[in-house]
Amino acid sequence: MPLIIGIPKETFPGEKRVASVPEVIEKLIKLGFAVSVESGAGQEANFYDEAYVAAGAKIVGSAADLWAGADIIFKVRAPSSDEVKLMKEGQTLISFVWPAQNSDLMQQLAARKVTVLAIDSLPRQLSRAQKMDALTSMAGIVGYRAVVEAANNFGRFFNGQITAAGKIPPAKVFIAGAGVAGLAAIGTAVGLGAVVRANDTRPEVADQVKSMGAEFVKVDYEEEGSGTGGYAKVMSEGFQAAQRDMYAQQAKDVDIIITTALIPGKPAPRLITAEMVKSMKPGSVIVDLAAEQGGNCELTEPGKVVVKHGVTIVGYTDLPSRLSKQSSTLYATNLFRLTEELCKTKDGNIDVNMEDDAIRGLTVIKAGEITWPPPPLNLPAPPAAKAAAAVKAPEKKSSHGHGGSGEPMSMRTLAIVFGVGGLLFWLMGAYAPANFLGHFTVFVLACFVGYMVVWNVTPALHTPLMSVTNAISSIIAIGALVQISPPIAEGVDRPGFWIGVLAFIGIALTAVNMFGGFAVTRRMLAMFRK
Amino acid sequence: MSASLATVSYIGATILFILSLGGLSNPETSRRGNWYGIIGMALAVLATIFGPRVTTGGIAWIVIAMAIGATVGLYAAKKVKMTQMPELVALMHSLVGFAACTVGYASYIDSSTVFTGAEKAIHEMEIYIGILIGAVTFSGSVIAFGKLSGKINGKPLLLPARHMINLAGLLVVIWMGNVFINAESALGGVFPLILMTLIALAFGVHMVMAIGGADMPVVVSMLNSYSGWAAAATGFMLSNDLLIVTGALVGSSGAILSYIMCRAMNRNFISVIAGGFGTGDGGSAKKSGDAAQEPVGEVVPVSASDTAELLKDAKSVIIVPGYGMAVAQAQHTVYEITKILRERGVNVRFGIHPVAGRMPGHMNVLLAEARVPYDIVMEMDELNDDFPSTDVAMVIGANDIVNPAAQDDPDSPIAGMPVLEVWKAKTSIVMKRSMASGYAGVDNPLFYKENNRMLFGDAKKMLDEVLAAIKD
Repeated sequence: MPLIIGIPKETFPGEKRVASVPEVIEKLIKLGFAVSVESGAGQEANFYDEAYVAAGAKIVGSAADLWAGADIIFKVRAPSSDEVKLMKEGQTLISFVWPAQNSDLMQQLAARKVTVLAIDSLPRQLSRAQKMDALTSMAGIVGYRAVVEAANNFGRFFNGQITAAGKIPPAKVFIAGAGVAGLAAIGTAVGLGAVVRANDTRPEVADQVKSMGAEFVKVDYEEEGSGTGGYAKVMSEGFQAAQRDMYAQQAKDVDIIITTALIPGKPAPRLITAEMVKSMKPGSVIVDLAAEQGGNCELTEPGKVVVKHGVTIVGYTDLPSRLSKQSSTLYATNLFRLTEELCKTKDGNIDVNMEDDAIRGLTVIKAGEITWPPPPLNLPAPPAAKAAAAVKAPEKKSSHGHGGSGEPMSMRTLAIVFGVGGLLFWLMGAYAPANFLGHFTVFVLACFVGYMVVWNVTPALHTPLMSVTNAISSIIAIGALVQISPPIAEGVDRPGFWIGVLAFIGIALTAVNMFGGFAVTRRMLAMFRK
Repeated sequence: MSASLATVSYIGATILFILSLGGLSNPETSRRGNWYGIIGMALAVLATIFGPRVTTGGIAWIVIAMAIGATVGLYAAKKVKMTQMPELVALMHSLVGFAACTVGYASYIDSSTVFTGAEKAIHEMEIYIGILIGAVTFSGSVIAFGKLSGKINGKPLLLPARHMINLAGLLVVIWMGNVFINAESALGGVFPLILMTLIALAFGVHMVMAIGGADMPVVVSMLNSYSGWAAAATGFMLSNDLLIVTGALVGSSGAILSYIMCRAMNRNFISVIAGGFGTGDGGSAKKSGDAAQEPVGEVVPVSASDTAELLKDAKSVIIVPGYGMAVAQAQHTVYEITKILRERGVNVRFGIHPVAGRMPGHMNVLLAEARVPYDIVMEMDELNDDFPSTDVAMVIGANDIVNPAAQDDPDSPIAGMPVLEVWKAKTSIVMKRSMASGYAGVDNPLFYKENNRMLFGDAKKMLDEVLAAIKD
């Protein structure tokens, strides 16, 4: 006996979305479920009853019948108290719930002994949860719509143009908060041709902002703003002051501000003061996406468009609903993905598996028992930190070729080196003749000179260095030269022939080196060019 | 020319040699540095020939010998391909070693200078040491030449108990030295001298045979150093300060280069000389390493035209060349590609690992030959931080120097070796003939990374195709 999924019409005033669309209902039926839809549920989102019927759903005339006949209810908005009364024991509800803000609703639901999966409680940091992430889908729509609303209320073009009628400067858009909504807004505004700047308290999103084609405006203050689960956290007093200065400056300069700053479970941060609104150019637009949570702008009136100090402030709280066809489709797909996770057997039954991290997080009430908040997830450390550690691990030694051989030696090694050296020198001083010591002095000093000089050679020239030192080492020819025919005192017996032969060979060989070495070095060096 | 004038000329030559090495600190001054070397050498040779130690009778012979040598040397310098530089340098080292031997023998049989007592012992010891170093340099360089030119297999030859053989050789050499110094007559000393020379030659062969191809940069620079010490020993033998100074300069230069190369591979100098990378200790570590960190993921091949697309779309590109580029003679094509990309406004740079290639600075010379401007050729340290902001990192015929296991896997035989962090670029492309591992015999996890693409094939052929695709 397959379970019946019920899709009621949303009752919240102005809500135009619907929890499932015909296209997705076909897939749900393939999973083995039966689907019933309240008559007119998709009307506002341009999905008509006929389409649902064509997809295989049953149309139910009244909400009461639908709630009574369904095992699983798909909804968008959290149920009203009237709707909760329609629920029966053992029923499962999947919708937005916001358990933190709606504790009364939670109690009522628990009392009905139902199971509730709150799509807003999804552990978003799980990568396999992304396909079910309705918050992200909705945020993307909100970001897009915010720009459209701004454009609607803005009296000029977004893109700069040079026309026969004169030059039009591009609109400057500032986006506060680069979450999903912020990034979607950046993309849309850039697409329309505006100059876009954005800011976020989480420094790691700077790259994402840049990748979307906007400029990242930094707050001149050092503090890490990443909270858990990819949200921002509340920042310190000093940071907030620096941030206010930055916003004040941006307000004077830009034409459009879109604020998207939200902190979970807290009222939205006040980013734009009345002062800042006053400082904006007349005709400017502020779109406050946090209006429902109190607004990022002091003058926002939730749900309304107001004009204050010549600045239009858009405080709509129903932006997803204003794009109802798109948002319904995305939301329906998210719920379908969730259903797939719940119904791995594809037989039209669901299993709320509390061992599964994603489902555990979603489930806020299990058969009448409140299971919210879920235990924290055991996630591996964020990869960014890991990478940093890995980079640190290999020892960074001083770059070679620029003076010195790395770290100084330890005292112990130093003592040993000096001890052995001292002993050798003492032995030499005790036994070697003075003549030898003269040469030895020269030798030691030359070693040090060579050491100092060669460290300065750039690594790029190591091959020429070798060939030039090779050429220079043919100085050994001198040794052969002085042997070939030295002035000999009369009467000294000397095997002159053999010495001559050896010296001749020596000279010939070293001459190969001497000429060849310098010539090839010259050839190589001539190639090095800028 | 008086003795004092000759000595002063020698001092002048010494200064010029030091300036010559100093000039190499930067490509701008390097050409002048080479001229300093040439002038210094000319000064030293002429001062000797016209000095008090050479009588007019020998000049003809000197001129003939010089002419023969010069002809051969200049011809070789003109003909050598830049990819063959390591071979040429190795061969030239062997000549210095051989010359040190001939000078040493000649000095020994020269009975015109007579020493007594401690002076005699020291003089003979100098001869002995001079010939020893010369012989090791000679045979070692010849083997290095053979290995570099492919005439001898590049794999390390590991005799059983090789350390014992070396030790025994050393003991015999010391013992023979004792016999040699205490020899009653000149003739009595010849036998130990010859025996020692043979042992030294064998030692040189054995030492270089045991060293694997990847360690060749160390060997070449080490032999460079030896040729210097041989010159210095000859200087002691002949009481000639110019030889001592020059030998010391060359010797310390080679020693520093060897040290730099070893550090670039995170290897101990002793362990390189002891030979056999990837075997012995390395072998056991490798096995445990494989067990600990089997590379996971998939190797994604890419075509030449896709590579061209990636390069065209990139804003910044880093090219990491290795020995494979030298083998394939691909440096000119690389530069053609670089030129086109730079004309399109792509920021192209080259990242050179200190041990890329077969001798220090090998890659720089090849790129210079292909007319790549040296200011876009960077060292590893200058570039490593830039990879995260790089769109495409292209690795041409290199393997171990871009192996992330050196940083991530403490059990890897190359753990701790500094590497170019190409995997941090948005996309890395590795150009390789096959999936075979590099000289270190270590599997490279880079190939399995998500953002890595493999372009299989001969580097030259593949780059030609990439070039053609970019031109379209």
